[in-house]
Amino acid sequence: MTTIAAPSLTQHGLYILRENPVTAVAFGLFALLVFFAVAGPWIAPYDPLLSNAARILEPPSLDHWFGTDQLGRDVLSRVIVATRLDLGIAVTAVLLSCGVGAVLGCLAGFYGGWWDVLIGRLTDAIMAFPLFVLAMGIVAAAGNTVENIVYATAIINLPFYARVARAEANVRRDSGFVEAARVSGNSEFSLIARHLFPNLLPPLVVQLSLNMGWAILNAAGLSFIGLGVRPPTPEWGIMVAEGATYIVSGEWWLALFPGTALMLAVFCFNLLGDGLRDLIDPSRRT
Amino acid sequence: MDKLKLLARRLLQALPSLAAIVIITFLLTRLLPGDPAAYFAGDAADAESIAQVRAELGLDRPLVVQFFVYLGDLLRGDLGTSLNTGRPVLAEIANRLPASLELTGVALLLALGVAVPLGVLAALYQDRWVDHLCRVVVTAGVSLPTFFTGLLLIYIFYYILGWAPSPLGRLDFLYIPPATVTGFYTVDALLAGDLEIAWAAFTQLLLPAITLGLFVLAPIARMTRAAMLAALSSDYIRTARAYGLHRATVLITYAFRNALLPVLTTLGMVFSFMLGANVLVERVFSWPGIGSFAVEALVASDYAAVQGFVLVMAILFVVLNLMIDLVYTLIDPRIRVEG
Repeated sequence: MTTIAAPSLTQHGLYILRENPVTAVAFGLFALLVFFAVAGPWIAPYDPLLSNAARILEPPSLDHWFGTDQLGRDVLSRVIVATRLDLGIAVTAVLLSCGVGAVLGCLAGFYGGWWDVLIGRLTDAIMAFPLFVLAMGIVAAAGNTVENIVYATAIINLPFYARVARAEANVRRDSGFVEAARVSGNSEFSLIARHLFPNLLPPLVVQLSLNMGWAILNAAGLSFIGLGVRPPTPEWGIMVAEGATYIVSGEWWLALFPGTALMLAVFCFNLLGDGLRDLIDPSRRT
Repeated sequence: MDKLKLLARRLLQALPSLAAIVIITFLLTRLLPGDPAAYFAGDAADAESIAQVRAELGLDRPLVVQFFVYLGDLLRGDLGTSLNTGRPVLAEIANRLPASLELTGVALLLALGVAVPLGVLAALYQDRWVDHLCRVVVTAGVSLPTFFTGLLLIYIFYYILGWAPSPLGRLDFLYIPPATVTGFYTVDALLAGDLEIAWAAFTQLLLPAITLGLFVLAPIARMTRAAMLAALSSDYIRTARAYGLHRATVLITYAFRNALLPVLTTLGMVFSFMLGANVLVERVFSWPGIGSFAVEALVASDYAAVQGFVLVMAILFVVLNLMIDLVYTLIDPRIRVEG
């Protein structure tokens, strides 16, 4: 009996990167973002909260690569340190949304009937709102805290995951491998958790990476209008909001650098999402 | 006749969305952190006056009763009073809505005007430079934070080049707003025959509209390209070409008109993005629309105003979706056959 050796994971990964250099760039950016998120506080050249009244609003120089802000704080350090918080909010929200959405979608797709009607109505109700506006309403009602930004972002993303999971579970619930598992005496819980759920992961992961950039934008947008993260804390949305006051008088570096960091992060996740989708599910390529 | 019946059914289909919106907005008001009665009674209130306020607000009654009271208020157009301004929320919103609609409408026209031709050209010249341009625009467009694009445009066109007027509101304070007819300054000024004010209002509008337009350019261009590609590779286009019809006839009458249908459907999602991004753009340009009203209310914990804003935005969104559906029903020839 001959078998064709499957390429190792690293081989396959290298092949993908060679085929699509844009994805390679995105991976590089991603690695950089993760590095800043993890090591940010140690590699930042200055304390991001330390103000210096003698050197306020200085343009970029050798001492301060990204200049200083209205309190003399180092913009570069603040941009670097903010990475953890910005990515943290988005990642937590999206994981939460994906987890809950996957369970709900699984139940709706597997059982159908009332579960399906109920969960379908819930997702429809969320989608009936302009999503960013709904997030604003949730944060306003539940209280202006970082946790509530996470919950609000999770809620507005929920329908996308629930719908993907429902569609996939619905297609697979009568397929052979589920029937086989049922006949061999698995409980319904184990059917869903051990046989159905792992099959939903690839489309969910694609959805997750496509969704991440949007989640980062939403969270930063909420803090830009003054919700969630409070001022001295370095966060890209707030830094852009604070820099907005100074841009009409020509101090561009306050808003430009955090804004660019935000844009690059979103850009990186969008590229990664497209790359992953082409890899896992080429039929959805547009 | 069948069309009319179909249109009526579409109208009915909007009712569950409206019900969901009203219920969720009601539940959001009940989620208030802490005790709203204590909040409204003020800092100096004792237990007795808080109880009195609670009874006045009807917060001591069962939730279901409170819901029907809320529903009754809504039907009478009572959205409560804004703590910030002391005026009814509905009046405040009605006052500011034209500013938001003018901005959103112009932005949508700009976005459609650029994105649709771009998408069509990208599909016609697949893998040529137009297509690459389209791809770059689409990927960059979805990555741009609206508030950041707005600031960049202000810096370039106001601070460096000095082409744009100062990014503060709808009209420079030198001018007196035109008499209100539609509430759209540019239209009203034209109706009043004052070209100078119309031009001033238009230049003031241009930068925020471009910012908002850039944000929704990407989804429209992407969808137009995909729909046009699908149409071009279809059998009816091959047949039309085989009959030797003129290239323009094939492209415009057959391909483009069919490609418009899926583009129309995605406009629903585009509106969802736009109404959200509108808030951010209004904030950046100090545009006195309902978005800035909501942001001011949020900062001041003016809950009635925020809830009113969420409700009005959601209803606006439902109405826009309904209009898309109605237009779709009117222009899709297949519905005539099936219906």
